[in-house]
Amino acid sequence: MNKVITANHAVSHAVKLANVDVIAAYPITPQSSIVEELSEMCARGEVPAQFIHTESEHSSMSACIGAAQAGARAFTATSSQGLAYMHEMLHWAAGGRLPIVMAEVNRSLGPPWTIYTDQQDSLSQRDTGWLQFYCRDNQEVLDTTLLCFKIAERVGIPAMLVLDAFVLSHTYEAVNIPDTKLVDKFLPKKDAPFIIDTSEPHAYGGMMNVDCWMESRYHLQKATEMVNTVVEEETAEWADLTGRNLSPLQLHRMDDAEYVILAAGTAAWTVTLAVDMLREKGIKVGGIGLWMFRPFPVEQLRKVLKGVKRFFVVDRSVSFGHSGIFAQECRSALYDVEDRPKITGIIAGLGGREITQTGLATEIENAIADPGSDLIRWMEVKT
Amino acid sequence: MALRYENYLRMNHIPHMWCPGCGIGIVVKSMLAAFEDAGWDKNDTAVISGIGCTSRAPGYLDMNTLHTTHGRALTFATGVKFARPDKNVLVISGDGDASAIGGNHFIHACRRNIDMTLIVNNNNIYGMTGGQYSPTTPLGAKAATTPWGNVDPGFDLAELAKGSGATYVARGHVGSGVQLQRLIRGGIEHHGFSVIEVMSNCHTQFGRRNKLADPVDLITHINKSSVNVARAKKMSPEELEGKFLIGLLHHDKEKAEYTDAYAGVIERAQAGLKK
Repeated sequence: MNKVITANHAVSHAVKLANVDVIAAYPITPQSSIVEELSEMCARGEVPAQFIHTESEHSSMSACIGAAQAGARAFTATSSQGLAYMHEMLHWAAGGRLPIVMAEVNRSLGPPWTIYTDQQDSLSQRDTGWLQFYCRDNQEVLDTTLLCFKIAERVGIPAMLVLDAFVLSHTYEAVNIPDTKLVDKFLPKKDAPFIIDTSEPHAYGGMMNVDCWMESRYHLQKATEMVNTVVEEETAEWADLTGRNLSPLQLHRMDDAEYVILAAGTAAWTVTLAVDMLREKGIKVGGIGLWMFRPFPVEQLRKVLKGVKRFFVVDRSVSFGHSGIFAQECRSALYDVEDRPKITGIIAGLGGREITQTGLATEIENAIADPGSDLIRWMEVKT
Repeated sequence: MALRYENYLRMNHIPHMWCPGCGIGIVVKSMLAAFEDAGWDKNDTAVISGIGCTSRAPGYLDMNTLHTTHGRALTFATGVKFARPDKNVLVISGDGDASAIGGNHFIHACRRNIDMTLIVNNNNIYGMTGGQYSPTTPLGAKAATTPWGNVDPGFDLAELAKGSGATYVARGHVGSGVQLQRLIRGGIEHHGFSVIEVMSNCHTQFGRRNKLADPVDLITHINKSSVNVARAKKMSPEELEGKFLIGLLHHDKEKAEYTDAYAGVIERAQAGLKK
């Protein structure tokens, strides 16, 4: 069935299709309409889930952790300050190997207050152990939500799907909503490995001594490394079922590219438009949309950037005192490659400032002409 | 003398973002009038808020203001008061901010009895985020997250404040501005932690879903549901069913104020060092 819906409601529809058992959430702009729609669906009996309206985001994640520990499929959604407030529990969910799924609407962190998009909030949670996927449009939001449940449950690691505030969350687009049978086939209920089982009682979360604690994190890392293969298999199955392809790096006109631009979220679509504009001028440019951020697609990136002269990484975040977060990740992934491109980080679109195709194309032309500014450039900033 | 708004408002930030007919305007006016009656200097005063429609108020006030994170206004305020115990600290909050995400800080500020005044604009709903139910939404009421009626029992904020140790607890409503002004003045002049709960109207998010979409209807409903604390003493429990009390509900002038008590600790510790 095709429907014209917002990206937030695309999440709600996907969660409905995923047959979740527990939804726990706290309102925050611009996430709220995801769970409002779900609470309607629950109240109408369309979603047989328990809906818990908690007193804070910290409690939402705690409730999801409790639910997942009891073997339930659990979901929450948040944004910005709410995500920051959840931080302690994000580590707990990943450390506990609980496959919770969360929709995170990218919104800048205060102060000063703002409600508009950038990626500082989700990227500040980089090291919590959560898988992260960045969506470009409403269809990807729906598909990614369902894939998150499948991937998370296969490896026992929580997964976060990330979408831009307003530009995506509140924008209507045509979305194909797959039918229940298809999703039931793709996403059967699966027991997590570490759950409360009354027939075989276990103790979770207790004190672990120096002789074995480190191994818990070794196993988390090993399981996260496995995600590369799991993603390959699951996206292939999803493509078989729906005809829609998703991959860690979404490529655009990369074949003979000498210059490559990377971005994530809606800015990744803007990259494709800027690439087309620059191609018309005869500049050999390609684009990459980064869909999967954790685990970071190191091998895939090395492969697609072979022979590329310069690589421009667009960041809607800053690791203050260094550079953009995606830029750092790319730099680190490529360091050991002998024939690597020169990398330029571009900070753009913080606090919801629009990244336009012409603005980005101009920035790239200027960056090509200026080989000196490699660590960090600021696009359209008033200095 | 009539209140001169330009003395207290950042006029270049007006018009405000509140809906026409919103109760917050009455709360802010009552607060400013109480402030003027008490003869406080606005430059010696900090007004602190968290998040939500009510918490937007400090943005319009020409005072020392801090607009902080959701639920944490009282903790920021505690820091301010501790750094400068000689200054006045006012906190303005909503029911979601003060009693849900900030509920923990609410009871601890009461427990400490720190000399600050908290005004809670209780409109029974999350207004800014789109009408989700709060810990004061009445049972059975509709909200964006309770489209078929709320089943979570609510808090009585005034009772919670009293039970947690606040030493001045009052409740007013937006249909009675003069009384509200008097109650707020009592709170700011009280030396200790004061809580003034204001029953207020959000016709946009609460009223619209509960057959009270017109602000006048909703304020009338609030007015009719209120009973003055003196009158309530002569009423039976049956007559008080579904009503809320207004007026000064609790006033304890004996309990030690926290910054005073802490100054005592410093004095004792320093005397100990000199020995």
